[in-house]
Amino acid sequence: MQHYNMNLTLKVWRQKDKNAAGGFETYQVKDISSEMSFLEMFDVLNERLIVEGKEPIAFDHDCREGICGMCSMVIDGRPHGPWEANTTCQLHMRAYKDGDTIVVEPWRANAFPVVKDLVVDRGSFDRIIQAGGFVSVNTGNAVDGNAIPIEKDNADAAFAAAACIGCGACVAACKNSSAMLFVSAKVSHLALLPQGEPERRQRVVNMIAQMDKEGFGSCTNTYSCEAECPKEISVTNIARLNREYLQASLK
Amino acid sequence: MAFTGLFLIFFLLIHGYVNANVLFENGEENFNRAANFMSTNALIRIMEIGLFAGFIIHIIQGYALERMNRAARSNKYAVSGVSKTSTWYSRSMAILGTLILLFLVIHLADFWVPSRFGGLEEVTYGSVETHNLYAKMKEVFSKEWAVIVYVVGCFSLAWHLLHGFQSAFQTLGWKHKNYAGIIEGIGVGFSVIVPLIFALMPIFMYFGWELPIGNITLLF
Ligand code: HEM
Ligand code: SF4
Ligand code: FES
Repeated sequence: MQHYNMNLTLKVWRQKDKNAAGGFETYQVKDISSEMSFLEMFDVLNERLIVEGKEPIAFDHDCREGICGMCSMVIDGRPHGPWEANTTCQLHMRAYKDGDTIVVEPWRANAFPVVKDLVVDRGSFDRIIQAGGFVSVNTGNAVDGNAIPIEKDNADAAFAAAACIGCGACVAACKNSSAMLFVSAKVSHLALLPQGEPERRQRVVNMIAQMDKEGFGSCTNTYSCEAECPKEISVTNIARLNREYLQASLK
Repeated sequence: MAFTGLFLIFFLLIHGYVNANVLFENGEENFNRAANFMSTNALIRIMEIGLFAGFIIHIIQGYALERMNRAARSNKYAVSGVSKTSTWYSRSMAILGTLILLFLVIHLADFWVPSRFGGLEEVTYGSVETHNLYAKMKEVFSKEWAVIVYVVGCFSLAWHLLHGFQSAFQTLGWKHKNYAGIIEGIGVGFSVIVPLIFALMPIFMYFGWELPIGNITLLF
């Protein structure tokens, strides 16, 4: 693909801290390379803001290779921007053309309060994991795992669910701010493997209870989550979560 | 939500089956006899109580759900891309439900109230004396606006079900990759065909049409 440079107008959500009101600021950025990532474009802007003696834009990021799930931002209404199965750090500026205006906002959900600018607190996800997203005993190393025969279909489904990076795009995308795709991925991953079996019932009940406590909305199966998930977690996992929960509540 | 939704779907099936009598020749007698069976059978009368309960629970839960879900995001997005990732009717279940509810009130006032609390003429078929609900239908559906209200009601129902049918299976966890497609297919078929049959009733009545297949009697 041909390399090109572009000038862009950015409308970015700025918010001093958790309790401040916040609002959009407009920035012009010049000579942005089509080969930069979206975050690198922000780096360029932030360096300029620092030179100008202004507060740089706070945004979350860590791996910058699409595996940590930190780079949360809603770009023109789409979590992680316009590309499918993608994170913001892997969104490249070739998605845009000279003269474009781009609106950037934080994840918006009461369960993910804004800490500063584009940074949100995803501690609610951590507390859901703490409520049951683990196996309580040491189950050994990879060698031990390989010694246990697991049906291929289950192994594949568990692996696909385990790909969830806890980014929260599902919540950000959902009209109800529901965390069901995330929780379903974590519950499925462990429920499908023999190591997760003994705690299967209490896990799903506790994780759902914590999810409700955190103030996420309820799933109405609109499936926006699946469409925006960078790891393409399937809503079939939500059906499994519902089944696991019903079964656990009946017993 | 899912249990009551599926129960209401089951009701629609029976209701549509009985009422489809009016689309055929000799519809007056066949329909009135079927309606008489429905209103005199003890089991059906007990189920009617369940039906009212089902509607009320479904509606209350539906509005409570909508309220909670709106409350989960106090600060809205300035730009929303949600229309690119989900269907409008999946996001409009409460509005579609409200249209169905408004329709339901009109519908009950049109037929259920006179049939239960008097105001219908009687007809006799052999030894059976029964309300002439058919004549009432003729009367109601002689007005254009009533036909329009009923057809709009059916459209709302169709879209509500287009999302709701498969949604109920997902909510109950009845989903498997081998069957998901079948459920979706049946759901789309049901959501189109059943409301269409209902919509045809006021249209047929208004224009005085009937299908020339007299031997079909959709009775129990
Ligand atoms: C004959 C009438 C009706 C039928 C057959 C029906 C059927 C259904 C079904 C199958 C669902 C999906 C349940 C789930 O996913 O768990 C549903 C959801 C819903 N219904 Fe109804 N419904 C009817 C009338 C109404 C009425 C009158 C309202 C009034 C408010 C309503 C409001 C809702 C709402 C808010 C939802 C939840 C939204 C969602 O799950 O996406 N429905 N309905
Ligand atoms: S399910 Fe997908 S969108 Fe949701 S947290 Fe996991 S990776 Fe992110
Ligand atoms: S920074 Fe790690 S996924 Fe984007």
